[in-house]
Amino acid sequence: MATEPLPLQKTAAPAPQDAVPAAGSTGEPLVRFEKVVKRYGDHVVLDQLDFTVDRGEHVTLIGPSGSGKTTILRLLMTLEKVSDGVIWVNGSPLSHVRTPGGGLKPAGEKELRESRKKIGMVFQQFNLFPNMKVLQNITEAPISVLGKGREEAETRARELLELVGLSDKVDAHPSQLSGGQQQRVAIARALAMEPEILLLDEVTSALDPELVAGVLELLGDIARNTDITMLCVTHEMNFARDVSEKVLMFDAGRVVESGTPEKIFSDPSHERTREFLNAVL
Amino acid sequence: MSDFFSLLVEEFPQVRSGLWVTLQATVLGALLAGVLAFALGLMAGSRLLLARGFSRVVVEFFRGTSLYIQLFWLYYAMPLVTGYELAPVACGVVAFGLNYGAYGAEVVRGAINSVPRAQYEAAIALNLSPSRRLWKVILPQAWVQMIPSFTNLLIQLLKCTPLLWLLSAADLMTVVQTLRDRTGETLAAYLTLLAVYFVLAYALTMLMNLLERSAKRRLGLATGASSLFKSRSASTAALGGTR
Repeated sequence: MATEPLPLQKTAAPAPQDAVPAAGSTGEPLVRFEKVVKRYGDHVVLDQLDFTVDRGEHVTLIGPSGSGKTTILRLLMTLEKVSDGVIWVNGSPLSHVRTPGGGLKPAGEKELRESRKKIGMVFQQFNLFPNMKVLQNITEAPISVLGKGREEAETRARELLELVGLSDKVDAHPSQLSGGQQQRVAIARALAMEPEILLLDEVTSALDPELVAGVLELLGDIARNTDITMLCVTHEMNFARDVSEKVLMFDAGRVVESGTPEKIFSDPSHERTREFLNAVL
Repeated sequence: MSDFFSLLVEEFPQVRSGLWVTLQATVLGALLAGVLAFALGLMAGSRLLLARGFSRVVVEFFRGTSLYIQLFWLYYAMPLVTGYELAPVACGVVAFGLNYGAYGAEVVRGAINSVPRAQYEAAIALNLSPSRRLWKVILPQAWVQMIPSFTNLLIQLLKCTPLLWLLSAADLMTVVQTLRDRTGETLAAYLTLLAVYFVLAYALTMLMNLLERSAKRRLGLATGASSLFKSRSASTAALGGTR
């Protein structure tokens, strides 16, 4: 993979997304979950969850299936609504709006679209649009959402396709690509929206084993060469070790333990973490 | 039998205009049905209860009342109520449009619902606006699913057009009926009708297959030349959504 001329370095400084310098610049974490509860009926998926992610951090969420890891990403992408609690991004509530009385109420579509501007997501099943060729998959949102010109968007899309090693697939249909190739396009598509936060939801789980390494290498490149904050749900412990600075161990909707990968993998302090790692490593 | 066919040739201009009326009623009826199908089908998926309710009521009403009666109602009862009289063919177009629009609305609704949820989510993750999600992501995928069902409905609509005879609308059925009455050749007359409607229906099927082929090609799905001649039922129009 071509790592030299990564067309990823941000052209603008990452700070001025907020016209009003919100609490974000004053040591406030980029993402903060505050007593977040997610319930489906009687089933509690996230139980009063508190955790933070700092700007530029690469965080891996691990834990047994059903522990609520993916739900966290889906809440951040506003694909789901919190049952209780607040998610703060850059000091602003993600899926709430402030009421005149100083309280918070659930945000409408307009405010949600504002919140989504900073966040991108890559899915386990790629979810490319089958009705668009590869190039249009990448340019559609930059053109219609960011208001970029077609030419600018296509130039950028070609750069990103080169980055992910698929320059020759510009005019292919998603259905003509392998899983690994589709996932690379999906990563390029997410990057084209210039997210501050990139959510990776088990992005290698649906791939054939021989394709996993390439996608992980690509994500490692992105982590090292950009200032994008990454939240990653994965069963690839190698990836957690190589790319992330922080690992959060989840169980039953709560953070059981968090720390550097070295600490978590070599010296977990919690019995539940030890059991989990024994099972997956 | 030769009497009938020589009269058929003699009266060809009349037969041709009958055929034209039939085609007009079919095409215009189908266009109206298509517009209604999309309008009602999209309303059925609306977040607004009022829109959903309206769509539901209209669909159930026009599906649940007989096409014959709708036709008679438009032609005979409507003028009594409104004072306006519609031409027989116009009555046909409106009745076919409403009736098949109601069936079509269910096709549209079902096809939209069949697009995997993950496609909506990917569109949300890219921050596409709700209308952009629908028009750029969901409908193009749903469209491929709709075509086989639309083909069935279109052919059914064509085969309902002989009902225009009941309103003496000078369609193909009416014209050939007149020729039968003049010659007394029942067998030849109805054989001719069978053949003509079959040819028309088959031509429509091929046209719709062409449409399906181009829609599938846009999704990068392989389509062979033989697919043009097949008459597929809606259930075989499998489409691997996110694959």
